[in-house]
Parts: sequence; structure tokens; C-alpha cells
Amino acid sequence: MFRLSDTAIDIAALRARLARADAGACVTFEGWVRDHNDGKAVRGLAYQGYPALAESEGAKILEEARARFAIAEALCVHRVGELAIGELAVWAGVSAAHRDAAFAACRYIIDEVKRRVPIWKNERYADGASGWLHPDNTPVA
Amino acid sequence: MNYRLLYFASLRDAAGSADERVESTACDPRALYAELAARHGFAFAPERLRVAVNGAFTGWDHALADGDEVAFLPPVSGG
Repeated sequence: MFRLSDTAIDIAALRARLARADAGACVTFEGWVRDHNDGKAVRGLAYQGYPALAESEGAKILEEARARFAIAEALCVHRVGELAIGELAVWAGVSAAHRDAAFAACRYIIDEVKRRVPIWKNERYADGASGWLHPDNTPVA
Repeated sequence: MNYRLLYFASLRDAAGSADERVESTACDPRALYAELAARHGFAFAPERLRVAVNGAFTGWDHALADGDEVAFLPPVSGG
């Protein structure tokens, strides 16, 4: 399951969904809102998503992880809306019989989510400015 | 033909709305984007965007149908 959430992510509930009798390893990743980016002080940020496509592309990534790695369960939730410094922005979790597959699958999921899922980050800076991040190494006019 | 456009991130800011309905003679996303970019002053070249029609990724030469929901997606920055 991949989904967008406009409220705080319930880690305990997600972790419980990873539990399986045949799983001996659980790897989770938490992405937090950081107070700086690219040399600028960040006060907070807002995520905007394209829900229908984000959820189908996210589900596809989780399916790919299941096909590539010997895992039991994989879940990912990404926040949308306004977030403060320190808040949980994205959570990915994988359970597997053994740790190698769990680590590799969790890494694959978060990397692909960042690369492909239609979600955009708008940072609010200490100087009052704000801006969308469109990171493909070309400036946004 | 009549299309529903969805806008996100900096394209939403430039268009001044999250969505709109447009009447257009454009029959693929490439021609439709050119029209909208001229009207709203979109700064992105098409090479930097991805196209989605009716909630699925597709190509710039996709044949559009009347009533399609079209989105031009700027480079993403989740995570």
C-alpha cells in the first residue's frame, strides 16, 4: 500500500501491518523536514501531490520491490500539506525473512518514490521567500 | 475538443488555479501545452515535464479524446 496522507503518519499502525510470522527482519525509513536546504535556512514546507497518479505510481514501485527482492510486506506513506521542521514527511517500511532483502527493498522504494511519484515540495525560507523545488538541475524561471 | 486541465506546483501558481476546462483544437498534449504555455506564461520547456492523461503517464504524441483530463507535471520533489 502506498498512500498520501494529509494528517500525521501513524508509525505504530504501519509497523504492525509489516509483522508476519515468516519475517525475521524489518527495515523502515523516515524522511524528516530539515531546517536547511542548499545553504538556505528553511522554516517549514508544504507538499502538494497528484493523488490518483501518486497512489498508482507508488503502488507500482511497491510491486516492483516485491518482484525484485525476497520480501514479505512493503508499505509507504507520504505526507501532503503544511509541515513544520522535524515532522515526518515520508515513511517506508519493509519486512522480509532476512535483513539483506529488507534493506535493499527499503532503499529501492524511497529512491524510486523520490524520483517518480508526482509530489512537489514548497520550501518556506527564513528570509520570507518560498519556492517550489523542481530538481532537474535547471532553474525555475 | 473540451479538456480538463490539472495544474501542480509552480504551474498551478502560474495558471492561478488548480484546474480549468478549455476548448481547444489541439489533438495531442504537445499542441495543447504550447497553447496553454502561451496563455499562462509557463516557463517550462516540454522536455522538463511529464504528461498524464486520465491519471496515467503517457507521451507527448498521445491522441487526445474529447473530455480527457490532462496534466503537465513539473520535475517532482517528494521525499
